[in-house]
Amino acid sequence: MFRKILIANRGEIACRVIDTCNKLGIDTVAVYSEADSRALHVMKAKESVNIGLAPSSESYLVIEKIINACKNTGADAVHPGYGFLSENASFVNQLEREGITFIGPPSEPIRVMGDKIESKIFAEKSNVNIIPGHQEIIKDSEEALEISKKIGFPVMIKASAGGGGKGMRIARAEEDVEDAFNSSVNEAKSSFGDDRIFIEKFIEKPRHIEIQILADNHGNVIHLGERECSIQRRNQKIIEESPSPFVDEKLRNEMGEQAKRLASTINYASAGTVEFIVDQDKNFYFLEMNTRLQVEHPVTELVTGIDLVEEMIKIASGEELKLRQDDIKFNGWAIESRIYAEDPERNFMPSTGRLNSYITPINIDNIRNDTGVYEGGEISIYYDPMISKLCSYGKDRNEALLKMEIALNHHYINGIRNNINFLTAIIRNENFISGDINTGFIDVEYPEGYRPFVNDDKFALLFAIAGTYLYTIDEFRLRNQNRNNSFFEKSLVAVIEDSVFEFKTYDRQDNLIIEYNDEVITIDSSYEPGKPLASISINGEEYHFKIEKIINGYNISSYGFSSDVKILSKRAYELSKHMIAKDVRSNEKIIKCPMPGLVVSIDVNEGQEIDIGDKLCTIEAMKMENVIRSEVSGIIKKIHCKGGDSLASDEIILEFS
Amino acid sequence: MEDIIKELEKRREQAKLGGGQDRINAQHSKGKLTARERIDLLLDEGSFEEYDMFVEHSSTDFGMEKNKIPGDGVVIGSGQINGRLVFLYVKDFTVFGGSLSLAHSKKINKIQDMALKNNAPLIGVLDAGGARIQEGIDSLGGYSEVFQRNVLASGVIPQISLIMGPCAGGDVYSPALTDFIFMVRDTSYMFVTGPDVVKTVTNEEVTADELGGADVHTTKSSVADGAYNNDIDMLSDIRRFIDFLPSSNIQSAPIKETSDKASRSETSLDYLIPENSNTPYDIKEFIIKAIDEGDFFEIQPNFAKNIVVGFGRIEGYTVGFVGNQPLNLAGVLDSDASRKAARFVRFCDSFSIPIVTFVDVPGFLPGTDQEYGGLIKNGAKLLYAYAEATVPKVTIITRKAYGGAYCVMAPKHLRGDINYALPSAEIAVMGAKGAVEILYRKDIGDEDKIDKHTSEYEERFLNPFVAAERGYIDDVIMPRNVRPRIAKALKLLRNKKLSNPWKKHDNLPL
Repeated sequence: MFRKILIANRGEIACRVIDTCNKLGIDTVAVYSEADSRALHVMKAKESVNIGLAPSSESYLVIEKIINACKNTGADAVHPGYGFLSENASFVNQLEREGITFIGPPSEPIRVMGDKIESKIFAEKSNVNIIPGHQEIIKDSEEALEISKKIGFPVMIKASAGGGGKGMRIARAEEDVEDAFNSSVNEAKSSFGDDRIFIEKFIEKPRHIEIQILADNHGNVIHLGERECSIQRRNQKIIEESPSPFVDEKLRNEMGEQAKRLASTINYASAGTVEFIVDQDKNFYFLEMNTRLQVEHPVTELVTGIDLVEEMIKIASGEELKLRQDDIKFNGWAIESRIYAEDPERNFMPSTGRLNSYITPINIDNIRNDTGVYEGGEISIYYDPMISKLCSYGKDRNEALLKMEIALNHHYINGIRNNINFLTAIIRNENFISGDINTGFIDVEYPEGYRPFVNDDKFALLFAIAGTYLYTIDEFRLRNQNRNNSFFEKSLVAVIEDSVFEFKTYDRQDNLIIEYNDEVITIDSSYEPGKPLASISINGEEYHFKIEKIINGYNISSYGFSSDVKILSKRAYELSKHMIAKDVRSNEKIIKCPMPGLVVSIDVNEGQEIDIGDKLCTIEAMKMENVIRSEVSGIIKKIHCKGGDSLASDEIILEFS
Repeated sequence: MEDIIKELEKRREQAKLGGGQDRINAQHSKGKLTARERIDLLLDEGSFEEYDMFVEHSSTDFGMEKNKIPGDGVVIGSGQINGRLVFLYVKDFTVFGGSLSLAHSKKINKIQDMALKNNAPLIGVLDAGGARIQEGIDSLGGYSEVFQRNVLASGVIPQISLIMGPCAGGDVYSPALTDFIFMVRDTSYMFVTGPDVVKTVTNEEVTADELGGADVHTTKSSVADGAYNNDIDMLSDIRRFIDFLPSSNIQSAPIKETSDKASRSETSLDYLIPENSNTPYDIKEFIIKAIDEGDFFEIQPNFAKNIVVGFGRIEGYTVGFVGNQPLNLAGVLDSDASRKAARFVRFCDSFSIPIVTFVDVPGFLPGTDQEYGGLIKNGAKLLYAYAEATVPKVTIITRKAYGGAYCVMAPKHLRGDINYALPSAEIAVMGAKGAVEILYRKDIGDEDKIDKHTSEYEERFLNPFVAAERGYIDDVIMPRNVRPRIAKALKLLRNKKLSNPWKKHDNLPL
């Protein structure tokens, strides 16, 4: 067994690997870039090594620096995590030359499976189902159009070296091909330095289901069941679960057998994942094999009870798998929600900055939270904007979902835009609950994007009650001290968007009564003013709310909703009809950079007439190209930047006249 | 007798209608509330006591004798905000456009006198057309009577002006003499001379909003202390603001009970100050995490953003906070920032509100702009304000405290009571680079030597120890403990007694 493992990664996965190393009594070495000197993984590791500047191309991706760090600290093995060097065959070879063990598969399967085209050819040869398509390199958009027509629309245009949704575009009709092809090429070039592109049939309503396998160096291969990863935005997974509500025993066995066959044929040894596309008739096709630990591995761990990192370490050290296929039992249900620093209300634009508040739901049973940050930490512009992976476990899917909902309602982040409300909305979405999902779920369910305003009668009333309660507690505090008589009655109106709720409140010393429609609402809560989380029991049922004070009320979030709840006296409410809504449009005349990033292109000219939805420019941040589209129609007055410029958050890109 | 009661009722009803339903409708259509509606929202329900409801003007010029409306364009009275007494005068735009006549000014004078005599805050709501031209010199005299009382009350009771409509000419100077001015966006403006006169005199075309709207006065001129989107938001938030203030200079601000413990420490603050001392961070996070419930009422948030000032509470007691803001111009002190903070410090000192200062200041802003703009005297205002203040003064140096700016920002030497430094503090005459270039001029060009001198300088001076060795810093504290340590300091200073030598009044470098 290894004495000391260096983790060639950062963030939550580095922390997670360190945990298993600690469990096994193995020393750990963290590496960090200058942007990460205060990161959690550095604090958790026994030793740490600075490996250079913030951009990953000058730190986490530099093989030589990782190897030097191993030598200087005497680490005898490297766990690569996911991303960065985890699927870099040359890294594996160089480590081998230095006598350092790579905790992962041999270089050959990495190389073959890392190439989208070669991997498919290999899979086809191994009798694994593949999707119809054109596996040769395509030279330009015209050729792409020809091939697309041959395969038949819709088609998927993909970077050969791609992954994680980068360099991938769907063309639904002939006119989409040119744009899609060009974007893929550009993204592929900037993300992978490899602009080779291929095209394949796009499967309607596909589900993304993958099989976790474990293989050792002694010819043993087992599978650990499937993970359903169909909930994706921009082709990137955000909610995963195991098992899949769609997979029956027969399908599981078939997929498992093909996955095992592929692993055996390629002499795989380590944890790995074979991703499949599954159509509505339960036909499945090989998508790719990920020759590393997956982000979403915790759900498999929760239902199988197996520590995948531990298995990887043991396999890498030459041990034989102790587990046989028959030993693998699936118990219960696990769900993972990926908490991202991004704004679901603005097309999932990444958000960066400081986690002013970061309250995680750690004190809840059957909740696992894999995170690499802490309150006061930074979400850096340089790396993936994932904050954490929140996993819940239950005896069945409903229980796991309920746990997840409670956990999300107790998860509070301030300082950075995040997708907690959006994840909660999905968890509560009827089609999601019924298991009727596919990779287009988010586009279909939220075609106009996600809007968090509470639009459900029951929750609107609950938010109104909560707001009224909070107001009364806050407001009456000072008054009680200054007032001589202790009886107090007030009519209050809660306004949420266009909905109005009238309440009567009575304050008799310590006894607060709230009435709605002449009925007393029983409220119980340990709410402490100033705290962002409050559990409020309303008519005997407990609800959890996140609260931010605003003028005249509160912004309340929970259950996938977030709304301003204005609490007005009856008089103020009557008078509020005279207030003129502020024209917010004036702000839209200035287009500001939504996050720090690089201007890839400006797609309009001064004086040009623009319609709503027209593409204005492309900003690259966190290695993603973000197309900024116009939310107004008008004429471009002035453009403040040009392609290649680096912009800070809120820097002005252009102005409308 | 019954007749008189009936007549009284009738007159009351008439007075309450002000300029009549048409005028009320016109007021509403502009998104503005009437004087009495504003009072309803500003005060606790049913607490308003009105005086001088039946006052009428006595002008006989220009046919005014036939045109009388009870109240004469201003509503005055007393009431309560969260149970505390306040006095107020509220201009009624529906009556003669709220213009100021002799009778109108006498009403304001009456309430000013009552507020001063009874030691309670005075709130003025302005929404008016200026002087009543028909009354000529009487109107001008009326203004001066108001101004005189504003000045006498200054520093005795808090005076707050809410600009909720036009406020021009003579009307602007009373607010200017009060402690705080708040404005409503789009419906209020303030200027000495309006767009028409501007056009005639200077040929400059400008709208009322561009000349004196809420945005202008909260970002450019610094005349106003805050802006709100509409009447309702403003009146609700002013209720919150009043809760921070004492009723007069002989009373203390109300203590707001809280479950937020003084011992609450915040580990996240240990990571607020970046490792690179040239990287900015938000000083407001220190303030917000230090105070009770994060409830911060910022004054002039959009002007001179390189300094943050505002009110918060610690253990229920109101505290004034000042902080250099590294997010803006590296937190440098310039003329605007100095004036903004000086005025705030003096307000706190007038009303016995302790001052907590967070220092991260690289110095005074150099340049002709600043020097021509009188940086010397503007900077001196802040220095003066801190030096004369006798309230409890607690200072926390978070990072840079360089040069003259160290001398200004509530150091021990200006009677700072408790002065803390965080481990990241750098208390020195200047930064390492500048210092080395002066100290080792002969070595400039020799990179190795300069580097060596720089690191020597950094090691010796860019830390809290030199100051701590001399007792200029009482203790070096962890950022996480900012709240508990401030709370302890303020608690022990609660009975602080300190007075300045007798003087008729001081001579602040205006």
